[in-house]
Amino acid sequence: MIRSLPSGKTYRYGYITYVSLFYIFLFSPLIVTCILAFNDSIFPGLPWEGFTLDWFFADEEHRTGVFFDDRNLNAIWVSLQTAVSVSLLSLVLGTMAAFLFEQEQFRFKQPLFFLALTPLVIPGVILGISLLLASNSAGLYFEEKLGIDLEILRPSFGLVVLGQMSFISTFVMLVVSARLKKFDTSLEEAALNLGATRPEVIRYITIPYLKPALIGAGSVAFLMSFENFNTTLFLVGSDTTLPISLYLQVRDGSTPLINAISFLLIFTTSILALINLLLSRKKSD
Amino acid sequence: MAGRLTLYIFLAPVLLWLFLLIVLPHLDLFFISFQAENDMGDMVWSLSNYQAFFTEKIYWLTFLRTAMYAILTTILTFIITFPIAFYITKVLSLKVSGFFTILLLVPFWVSELVRIYGWMILLRESGVFNHYLMELGLIDKPIEMLYNDISMIMGLVYTSMLFMVVPLISSLEGLDDSLIEAAYDLGASKLVIIRDIVIPYIMPGITSGSIVVFMLTLGNYLTPNLMGGKNSLWFTEQIYNQFIASFNWNQGAAFGFLLLVLSTLIIWIGLRVTRQNLSRALS
Repeated sequence: MIRSLPSGKTYRYGYITYVSLFYIFLFSPLIVTCILAFNDSIFPGLPWEGFTLDWFFADEEHRTGVFFDDRNLNAIWVSLQTAVSVSLLSLVLGTMAAFLFEQEQFRFKQPLFFLALTPLVIPGVILGISLLLASNSAGLYFEEKLGIDLEILRPSFGLVVLGQMSFISTFVMLVVSARLKKFDTSLEEAALNLGATRPEVIRYITIPYLKPALIGAGSVAFLMSFENFNTTLFLVGSDTTLPISLYLQVRDGSTPLINAISFLLIFTTSILALINLLLSRKKSD
Repeated sequence: MAGRLTLYIFLAPVLLWLFLLIVLPHLDLFFISFQAENDMGDMVWSLSNYQAFFTEKIYWLTFLRTAMYAILTTILTFIITFPIAFYITKVLSLKVSGFFTILLLVPFWVSELVRIYGWMILLRESGVFNHYLMELGLIDKPIEMLYNDISMIMGLVYTSMLFMVVPLISSLEGLDDSLIEAAYDLGASKLVIIRDIVIPYIMPGITSGSIVVFMLTLGNYLTPNLMGGKNSLWFTEQIYNQFIASFNWNQGAAFGFLLLVLSTLIIWIGLRVTRQNLSRALS
């Protein structure tokens, strides 16, 4: 049953089989995608036609590698810009929200906290369409009543950033709050007694203590933004992000170019996961 | 005085965020869903968007199907991942369990689109599975394994597993092994131990996992769109069609609002039945 209790042979081997099958199920799509990125065929499938790096480095008319494909390079660049902006903004906003709900007292704190949690349980599609509708209404209002045309209120880079920020901030808030709960407030009190001002206390005592949570929340926020599809779909303008661009390509028929991009994504994220693992190992030692 | 000032510094951006990006847009969604163009081409208050939903069979049928399949996906995800979470936390030796947990997380760091694309390469008519089945002589001509409800549900389960397995692992870690040992010594069978000790203990984990999986499945667009067949319409696709294809934003707003009501309702029922509250389930 559990490691300290004896168990029958059938049970043990049956269980091992199930777990192995599960891990095969988990990894097979990713491994196959990666392998086929190196197949010398114009179609992402078997049979194996030999090893090639064309889907990364070729620059011919019918065979363009990732590093020469303007459409995808541009999409990657847009996604990186979006993810950096969203993770920085959400980090600031989420941390402020964590301070607000953990350390301050005010009326209507509970209902406001509840409201701050809702973005995580609202489907992303709905967040996207409601922001699209509201920004459109606001745009019309400004144009008709005041005669100004605001670029940010149309589907655009700025609107994508706002839309993703609206729910990623909640995630940051939860992660930072969890660490703030364990914080020994007597450290802050000591600093205050010694004459530090409140901003100084936050700058020199609380933020250094929160650093691991901030790094963790920041990196997950970056990934959440980089991969977001549902909310972005409705807010995106002419500059498409990578998930949207890939979706359009997959829908219209695929080439091994998509495998090559997938390989790069899988490779980079695995390295990041590994670094994350090593860092957390170090901490627990 | 200084204390009040820091309160306002924290409060102002949070209020701006919640009111401008959450409350106001959803109010707008609500109001726009009750407006429609009349014969003269003017916007007037109207119930016609909701009327269309209830009278057109394809709309409410898709709605029901989406809800049912989302519930089914949540249940299947739990059934599949519970033994894995149990194995990692309770059976595997402590030395390697950390490694297997990380291994479990890696695929989910990768974009959902890449994962779905991987399944498409495996399952489609010209895919890897068909290639091997033909090679082995098990089939004569390739069969289409993609574009049906079963592959779609599998894709949805695959996509959501992480959000179930992580809360399950963290609540199982809190369960003291000696409780299971005691029950075992007193002669309880495996089934009784799971049913009477393990499941009640990890109920908070099950609830939070289920809420997230259900919500993500209900709002999923990519998986049903790329893996489901022509007949397996998902409700988010209806919303997308209204917004992008038909350009009928009022109808789309009504659909969006209905989906929001459905997800809120089912999450609320889930929390009620298991006696949890939202802030505990999410953190």
